[in-house]
Amino acid sequence: MTATAKYLRVAFGVAVVLVLILMPVTFNRYGLFILSQWAVMTIAAMGLNLTLGYAGQVSLAQGAFVGIGAYAAAILTTQGFPLIAAVAVAIVLCFAVGWLLGYPALRVQHHYLAFVTLAFSTLAFLVFRNESWLTGGIYGISNIPRPHIFGLATSKPLPFYYVSLGALAIVTVAVWWLIRSPWGRAFMALRENPVRALSLGVDTRRYTLMAFAIGSALGGVAGALYAPLTQYIDPVPFNLSLSLDLLMMVIVGGSGFFFGPFLGAMIAVLLPEWLRFTQGYYLMLYAIAVILLLIWSPTGILGILDGYLTQRRTKAASALRAVAKPKLEVAR
Amino acid sequence: MSNLLDLLIAGLATGAIYAIVAVGFTLLWQTSQTINFAQGEFVMLPAFLMLAVMHAGAPFWLAIIVGILLAMLLLGLGFKMLLVDPMLRHGVLPLAIATMALAIGIKEAVKQFFSAEASPFPSIVPAGDVSILGRAVSLQSLGVLALAILAVVGLTALLNRTSIGHQMQAVAQNPTVARIIGVPVERMILLTFLINAFLVALASLLITPIYLAKFSSGEVLGQAAFIAAIVGGFNQVRGAIVGGLLIGVVDNLAAAYISTQYRAAVPMILLVAVILFRPQGLLGRPEERTV
Repeated sequence: MTATAKYLRVAFGVAVVLVLILMPVTFNRYGLFILSQWAVMTIAAMGLNLTLGYAGQVSLAQGAFVGIGAYAAAILTTQGFPLIAAVAVAIVLCFAVGWLLGYPALRVQHHYLAFVTLAFSTLAFLVFRNESWLTGGIYGISNIPRPHIFGLATSKPLPFYYVSLGALAIVTVAVWWLIRSPWGRAFMALRENPVRALSLGVDTRRYTLMAFAIGSALGGVAGALYAPLTQYIDPVPFNLSLSLDLLMMVIVGGSGFFFGPFLGAMIAVLLPEWLRFTQGYYLMLYAIAVILLLIWSPTGILGILDGYLTQRRTKAASALRAVAKPKLEVAR
Repeated sequence: MSNLLDLLIAGLATGAIYAIVAVGFTLLWQTSQTINFAQGEFVMLPAFLMLAVMHAGAPFWLAIIVGILLAMLLLGLGFKMLLVDPMLRHGVLPLAIATMALAIGIKEAVKQFFSAEASPFPSIVPAGDVSILGRAVSLQSLGVLALAILAVVGLTALLNRTSIGHQMQAVAQNPTVARIIGVPVERMILLTFLINAFLVALASLLITPIYLAKFSSGEVLGQAAFIAAIVGGFNQVRGAIVGGLLIGVVDNLAAAYISTQYRAAVPMILLVAVILFRPQGLLGRPEERTV
């Protein structure tokens, strides 16, 4: 990459961050809610992208982990614990459960794994619904407080949006660091060719479990933010369709691309709002759009962009070779 | 004890319907590597097609025929040409995800164009009880069971006794060799999609009188069919049949004897146990892993 391209990239990133910080000041309550929801869903989708996009393990259980995180946060904060403690509990809990869920992945792959995780989703939903002594059953948990950060109350929509955005920023940096670390490379080795990875000394067993555990823990973080965002939770949002939605976010944005989940969550959360004028048809249009996109580019929107850039680079390289060739021949 | 017998018959009747749906599911997987996450919605839709034809004033028998033909056109031919064919070269996972999107699309379309409320659906088997060995048994359960058995026997005969059936099996086992020995592979694959569409339409006809026609009823059905297919064996038609019957019975017994709240969990636990300890399914052959 040339220096200009690099500066352009950094400038673009800074501009996006500034827009995310400054633009919502003018938003109303509902707009802020939607944007906070985008931040929260992006965190969950980033976790799934780590499991699916980088480590290549299919999971239909991310929605269940969001649910576990949300219930952990709801139960703890209504008991008077601070949110940060609830986030910690959600991370540990989801990490542990995700680790255990990773064990089937050691034995079975692809569609079988999809079904094991699907079964887990359903089981988690049944627990949320039936164990009313803990989760409030179908009545759910209401009056979930929003946190105080450095003594400042965030109960208004705008401050809480900044909490969500801050959490997203922290997670983004952490994941960025993770996939550039040796762990990230091990995850990708697992996706590309597990047997070769094993023969090169990557402990595929440990990294498979790790990919599940870390991805699930991020689902837990998202859940722990979702509970104070909506301030009321019941089992319905955490059923299988949330897992499927998150999976579609990852795929539509571009699985295995760092910014895929941001884009995918944006489309899944914001597109319904933009399509509101179509009334009841928006989910149908969304489904059709997803199918068409997948037919065109199974690697999602960023896959299209990536393909275009690669092609341009190849073309530039061939042009350079074509220019260089006559000189070589003359030299000979 | 007498209660147990009732539960068994009811379980076998729903299980037989699951089996039909699961057989279609495994057929698609075997011939074209399609994991159809919309299979449940495929079962939900034909009932609405039939209802729509009846609303237009047609008698029930005509609605059944038109409904089945429409289902084969939309869910067989249309599904293959518009979704599976363009997606197949991208691999198993993108196709599976496209079918998830399709499931949402079908559900929403029915909700939008038909109704969000559950609609009653006429039964092809007359209501009432018959007395067998001095016990009252629901005629509907027996009729469903009989029709489902007929469908399964017919399909097995088609697959094992006819030339077309042998060609379909050849395609499922090894498409390349099948092509070399002159089997029209494309036509056979299309045929399995049409058979699947016929099976789901039949299942729709049998199950909708029991559970009503509702846009969201596909979720439960689809899951039951997946579980049946995996528990029985993903690559075996008879595995799917056994799996379907097993899930139907287990589900009914679990509701009666374990807990109504956790009845949905029992088939799931069975599924996880089978995947972990016998991933090829109870009757399946192990699939060779490609590295």
